[in-house]
Amino acid sequence: MYNKKVMERFKNPKNLKEMKEPDAIGKIGNIHCGDVMWCFIKIEENKKGERIIKDISIKTFGCVAAMSTSDVLCDLVRGKSIKESLNIKDNDIIMELGELPVRKIHCSLLAVDALGEAIYNYLLKSGLPIPSSLKQKHERIKNNLEIINKRQNY
Amino acid sequence: MKIYLDYAATTPVAPEVREEMKSYFSQKYGNPSSLHTPGQEAKEATEKARAQVAKLINAEPEEIIFTSCATESNNTVLKGVLKPGDHLIISQIEHPCIIEASKYLEKQGVEITRLPVNEEGFVNTKDVENAIKSNTKLVSVMHGNNIIGTVQPIAEIGRICKEREVLYHTDAVQTLQYTPIDVHKMGIDFLTASAHKIYGPKGVGCLYIRKGIRVEPLVHGGGQESGFRSGTENVTGIVGFGKAAELCLKKLKTEPKRISKLRDYLIEGILKNVPDSSLTGPKERLPHNAHFTFKFIEGEALLLRLNEKGIYASTGSACSSKSLEPSPVLLAIGLKHMDAHGSLRMTLGRDTTKEQIDYVLKELPNCVEDLRKISPFRR
Repeated sequence: MYNKKVMERFKNPKNLKEMKEPDAIGKIGNIHCGDVMWCFIKIEENKKGERIIKDISIKTFGCVAAMSTSDVLCDLVRGKSIKESLNIKDNDIIMELGELPVRKIHCSLLAVDALGEAIYNYLLKSGLPIPSSLKQKHERIKNNLEIINKRQNY
Repeated sequence: MKIYLDYAATTPVAPEVREEMKSYFSQKYGNPSSLHTPGQEAKEATEKARAQVAKLINAEPEEIIFTSCATESNNTVLKGVLKPGDHLIISQIEHPCIIEASKYLEKQGVEITRLPVNEEGFVNTKDVENAIKSNTKLVSVMHGNNIIGTVQPIAEIGRICKEREVLYHTDAVQTLQYTPIDVHKMGIDFLTASAHKIYGPKGVGCLYIRKGIRVEPLVHGGGQESGFRSGTENVTGIVGFGKAAELCLKKLKTEPKRISKLRDYLIEGILKNVPDSSLTGPKERLPHNAHFTFKFIEGEALLLRLNEKGIYASTGSACSSKSLEPSPVLLAIGLKHMDAHGSLRMTLGRDTTKEQIDYVLKELPNCVEDLRKISPFRR
């Protein structure tokens, strides 16, 4: 069902762990399948004054696809500016993995949304302007998370 | 080490069965409908198998019709018996082929009642009794559940159906090799069985139809199988099914005991060694079935972690299903979505040994712990 690249990520994930003292956390859940992800980021300013994702890690309660896509996303955004990171789309992750089973494509979206949510929280905390698309996404994610929390009682 | 613990999905063909089938590929290849010697040889072989299968459930040979699989048998009963306006009673934890066939029939105007089950997966026989109405034609409640191993009180359901003059069908695919079945004593009118769940080949199933009951066939044609199921018989498969049934009957006294002992050892070991794990389903269950939920982790990921260790199991998690919904059986017994997410089924079989279970007990806790380390819900 999964190709070698996906399985390799699943077997030996590099980025699926907790982060000590992150600058922000993004929490997200999928109301359809029940997967949950927490994304941790550390931000640093570079010489040009751009904010860079210095480090990122994700904790995943989900399937093989969810874990692999989370792991890939971390590699894709580490060292990139916030602006560049927000431009990463689920298709970039799928390209990196080669392919995903069609019904599993939603899993890649989840990792991207978790990152978006972490960035939203960072910008909010730092009193920085938040792009309107990110605000809209946040509202949707917040609602989904409430539904899941109610359902799961955790 | 390679440890197959998915016997409820399918079983290997037993060596004795394979031996019996061997000559029916290229030597005795006749068509049972042919009148010449090779044809009659094939005919004799299918009739022998029919008697072997019939004996396992105490039926008459002519009450057995061979099909391609249990799904076909179940579809034959539901679609062959029910007409628009009729009422069908099923349980909420039937196999998808019953669930889906009844949805189809519902669209055709058949009325469906889907009986709930308790947290152990049992149908309440009072519910069956209360659901029967003047237009009720058929009750279909499975014998043993494939996911959680609940064995329904089918003799009691059969008795109620006889009393109320309603036909009773049961899918006994999972129980055939573990529980003695007597279609007469149990008041069963239709019974579904499958070869590949009892160490026979894939591609052959059967349907017991009580003498005198007429069912509209699903497949029309040359009138094979007494007109109930047309199409040239899968002679090789049928021969294998017969032998597999004979073996099951032989092992019925010893094998369930051996397996349930190993299974209890597995359950005890897992519940003891893995924190936040629990057993799903009833205490008294099919001897080969163990179904667990592990909190904070997802079943598909666990299944494939175990796969890396050479342990082959199954899950009812949403992520593993085509619909991305948890197993309806798990929801029907009241499991929360979160717990259904961490479902793992292990089903034992003839080749399962204590050494294998020991290996599972050694590896599984590590696999669970590994996944919990990366789960946000780990405490």
